[in-house]
Amino acid sequence: MSKMRLLDGSEAIAEAAIMAGMKFYAGYPIAPATELLEYFAAKLPTAGGVCINADTEIEAVNMALGAAQVGARAATGSCGQGLALKQEAIAEAALNETPLVVFNMARNQQDYFQATRGGGWGDYHTVTLAPKDLHEAVEHTHLAFHIADKYRVPVIFMGDNLIARTQMGTSLPVPELDPLPPKDWALDGKMGGTGKSRWIWTFGGGKAGNPGLGPDGYWRQIAEKFEHIARQEMRHEQGFCEDAETVVVAFGSGGKYVEYVVRELREEGYKVGYFRPITLWPFPGPALEAATRNARNIFVFELNAGQMIQDVMLSVEGRHRIKSIGGVSFDDSGLNIGPMMDARIIRERILAQLNGEPIRQLPISGMGAYL
Amino acid sequence: MNVIDTSRPPERAAAKVADFKPSLLLSENHHLCPGCGEPVAIRLILEVIQELNLTQNNVCILGHGCYGSFIMQMDVDSTLCLHGRGPAVATGMKRMRPDVAIWTLQGDGDMASEGLAEIMHTAARGENITCFMLNNGVFGDTGGQMTAASVVGQRTKNTIEGRDAAYHGNPIKVAEILANMDGTAYVARGSVHNAASINATRKLIRKAFLRPMHGHGLALMEILTMCPTGWFVPPGQGAEYMMESLGKVYGLGELKDVASETETVNP
Ligand SMILES: Cc1ncc(C[n+]2csc(CCOP(=O)(O)OP(=O)(O)O)c2C)c(N)n1
Ligand code: SF4
Ligand SMILES: [Mg+2]
Repeated sequence: MSKMRLLDGSEAIAEAAIMAGMKFYAGYPIAPATELLEYFAAKLPTAGGVCINADTEIEAVNMALGAAQVGARAATGSCGQGLALKQEAIAEAALNETPLVVFNMARNQQDYFQATRGGGWGDYHTVTLAPKDLHEAVEHTHLAFHIADKYRVPVIFMGDNLIARTQMGTSLPVPELDPLPPKDWALDGKMGGTGKSRWIWTFGGGKAGNPGLGPDGYWRQIAEKFEHIARQEMRHEQGFCEDAETVVVAFGSGGKYVEYVVRELREEGYKVGYFRPITLWPFPGPALEAATRNARNIFVFELNAGQMIQDVMLSVEGRHRIKSIGGVSFDDSGLNIGPMMDARIIRERILAQLNGEPIRQLPISGMGAYL
Repeated sequence: MNVIDTSRPPERAAAKVADFKPSLLLSENHHLCPGCGEPVAIRLILEVIQELNLTQNNVCILGHGCYGSFIMQMDVDSTLCLHGRGPAVATGMKRMRPDVAIWTLQGDGDMASEGLAEIMHTAARGENITCFMLNNGVFGDTGGQMTAASVVGQRTKNTIEGRDAAYHGNPIKVAEILANMDGTAYVARGSVHNAASINATRKLIRKAFLRPMHGHGLALMEILTMCPTGWFVPPGQGAEYMMESLGKVYGLGELKDVASETETVNP
């Protein structure tokens, strides 16, 4: 095993991506994804890869698409603002079966809908991995490339400011993953003139003489593939749910904070449990349904005005008292996550909900350094 | 000197010139309009690929336009990418497979309108790729609307009285812009309005593939193509109409070549 190093999340993710065999990255600066771009610019060339400082996020994601289509492991990255510009290409990757990894170093958790609903056209989903800390981020980096290659789909890695910019000790372990099929679909340019030239095309048209399924058949096939992925790739973590009267659901860094608070409350005798979706799509609905079978309350903690709570509701079909204990939380501290990502405040909110008391509103952070 | 051997019957039956197709075309049938210039341009490109022995060493990235349907006709490893983004996709491909000839097939709508940022930045980076712009001065595929390349005075579906510079703006001459940029190796404009121009254009296409392959940078090859449907003229009048309109603004020939003539032979 390699030795422990103290790394910030961005560097750890960059190292893990290179270890996973990523050969191409294109990005455009934006906090907190900038460091990822800087590390790749510094490290990828010596690892035999290419990092391009693209001229727009649109160009960046399309470059990564091209690199992936000729068979390389490729990625792009940004935060929600940049991902908004990449949506057309992410949908394209889903519909034309290009394996692509998109690092979303989200500023906070307001990009849940963007990641799980997508903003491109067509019947598609994006597998979205939401690590809770640096260690899981390293694992998910490998997993993201693996899932992308396994199913030929785009995968969103949904990190955040805390993960990107806080340091932890890591030996950068490489998870064991199943072997993958060869990329015999890649456009290596070698099949021209053989009558078997390859195509990558969202409309599934094939070639004259062998015209493929056409859009109707091809898109049904894509839809079936996403149904299959949904069954195969749901991931979650849970604790103390067996006898819990209240289960608190949270994702990403927020999930880690909730886990801490739930452990604390358990020691004090409260019958609470936690449930953390690891894949935001596919949302681990059946597991949540099972984990909350004996519970009366489901509290949803997320740093937004209420996005994941919709998936929670869809999963448990109205058997519970479902309440949001999160909210918009943003500041100019450089970490952007705002005052709500705080164990004491999460605790206060869980207890207020349990006791039927109103939830205390936090003071508005204001413009501060943005002014 | 080659002498025709008349002692034996020929290996192939005699064929009309029009029946000949480059082997990289999977079918002689296409879905484009009568009198369209695009199939002629594409055929020239495929012939040159064959001539340069690139058949098993090239990838085509097609944009959105009538030419896009040729993804099904060409026996070439191909992708049809998002509207305007071809040069970006090509960049990712070329950086990962530097030994493969990577080329984009775009229109004036795809390149000069939707994709101007991509082609300019890709040119500035000096990516060793070949970009084709089939210029008919309209969005042919959507029915003949004004593009950034429509010339002043040109009647299109949304400039019914003709493109008015004061109201609709002026045409963007992508080739002239790129010729003045560092990073481009070769910039030329050809046409397919008559036999002479087709022959001349074929020579330019050859260089447009060779310069990037020799590492000199990006080649932009613009080809004026007839679009009688989008111009609302009978198919037979397309060539004449083109030279009276687009041809007056977009001069034919080489605009830039950084390499010497000796480099026009196969690598
Ligand atoms: C993002 C996006 N916007 C618009 C379109 C619609 N569209 C399809 S083809 C086309 C015109 C392309 O014009 P050009 O590149 O000049 O090709 P031509 O048809 O003239 O050969 C347009 C606008 C599209 N496919 N995608
Ligand atoms: S609309 Fe114009 S460019 Fe399109 S196929 Fe017809 S003639 Fe060709
Ligand atoms: Mg056009």
